[in-house]
Amino acid sequence: MMEPQTITPISVGDVVRKVEQAKKDGNRLVQIGCTKIEDNFEILYVFDKDYKLTNYRVTVKQTDEIPSISGVYFGAFVYENEIHDLYGIHVKGINIDFKGTFYKTVVKHPFSVTITKEDDACQNK
Amino acid sequence: MSKQITIPFGPQHPVLPEPLHLDLVLEDEKVVDVIPTIGYVHRGLEKLVEKREYTEYVFIAERICGICSFIHSQTYVQGIEQIMGLEIPERTQYLRTIWSEYSRLHSHLLWLGCFADSMGFESVFMNAWRLREHILDDLEATTGGRVIQGVCKVGGVRRDISPEKLDEMVKGLKGIEHQLQDLTNVFLHDSSIQHRLKGIGVLSKEDAYYFGAVGPTARGSGLAIDIRETGYAAFGKINFKPVVEYDGDCYARCAVRAKEMFTSIDIIEQCVKKIPDGPVDMKVTGAPDGEYLSRAEQPRGEVIHYIKGNGKKNLVRHRVRTPTFTNIPPLVTLLKGCELADVPVIVLTIDPCIGCAER
Repeated sequence: MMEPQTITPISVGDVVRKVEQAKKDGNRLVQIGCTKIEDNFEILYVFDKDYKLTNYRVTVKQTDEIPSISGVYFGAFVYENEIHDLYGIHVKGINIDFKGTFYKTVVKHPFSVTITKEDDACQNK
Repeated sequence: MSKQITIPFGPQHPVLPEPLHLDLVLEDEKVVDVIPTIGYVHRGLEKLVEKREYTEYVFIAERICGICSFIHSQTYVQGIEQIMGLEIPERTQYLRTIWSEYSRLHSHLLWLGCFADSMGFESVFMNAWRLREHILDDLEATTGGRVIQGVCKVGGVRRDISPEKLDEMVKGLKGIEHQLQDLTNVFLHDSSIQHRLKGIGVLSKEDAYYFGAVGPTARGSGLAIDIRETGYAAFGKINFKPVVEYDGDCYARCAVRAKEMFTSIDIIEQCVKKIPDGPVDMKVTGAPDGEYLSRAEQPRGEVIHYIKGNGKKNLVRHRVRTPTFTNIPPLVTLLKGCELADVPVIVLTIDPCIGCAER
């Protein structure tokens, strides 16, 4: 079995402070991911130091704005543009902001809707 | 200051098998800024967890990439197994380790061929791909597939490898090892190669760490980050050290990949010596209820499969962070300040896999 993992919930206002602290502690940014749970969106920030993961989660609505951490970790821009383009969550202050053109999708913010099997035309033929 | 011009690099370019676009801002011949663009072939495979049961989804996870296919399926199933608290048979762990190292060998040989070809080194290209055929033949003989193996499943693997075949595989690898040694010696000691790669596209250790570099891109800059050291699958029972180079330039990244192939052969040999007898799968009932960040070391570096289930057959979320995706910011950094003519070589030294990035 692999190591147990914990995820610490934090508020939107705490994101930059926690991320700055993570960098001061010598962590690298592993990823930022988003998950839609009913009407909420969970943003998961994952850091690693010596193969030990530190995970922070903020829960927001689609209309909320989250701060960019690209000022702390330069590489965060790929994750933040992805979250904006796939989920429609606005990220304020991204260092390289593609303004919705990072992923060019036919459906706008495709991951912000949940598809049920009944909606799948191919499977219902 | 010279006048700045912006020229496009890609998405179609002779050295790029897959579409990646870079806007290169130039002053004379020097690159002063880079804006990357991906998304040309984004498939949204992660969204399919809402339509496919978690056991069926293994086949989709494996199709994220045609090079690291086995390791994608392995990372996905080990995440599911962790959430469900499954203690899979020990033999399975060794078999997964053997196949993942075969994947690394075939990926690194594929890269070596493509990289040599991009520099006009045709004989290295042909010999690298000739040796790769041997690896693919073994993968096909033991799993049934050369590109997509389809052998991993939740709770184990679908096929076992007989002791005779395992011995034959080691003998085969030993047989090609000296050819591989000759090939990498020629490649790494060639004066033209050294001239084109040494001191070019330098990524410092600190930049590699904080900009998110993983795999040979990080290890070429002196960062000993190798997720195999966490001991997943059977790696915890195998003796190996990550290959690390310290110059941070194109040559260092190439040297890491070249030397890693011998580490893979050694790991496979150790696995064959230590693999225990026993079953290769177990009965699995129920559905995952929980979340886990499953990690593995792909040929290009750390891959993460974030899996979240709610006790139903369909997962709530499957999110994949691939190594190429996180190696894009370091690529931007190491291109700044280089000459235009060096851009194709530098891009290939991160071994970009756009198929993975555009999962």
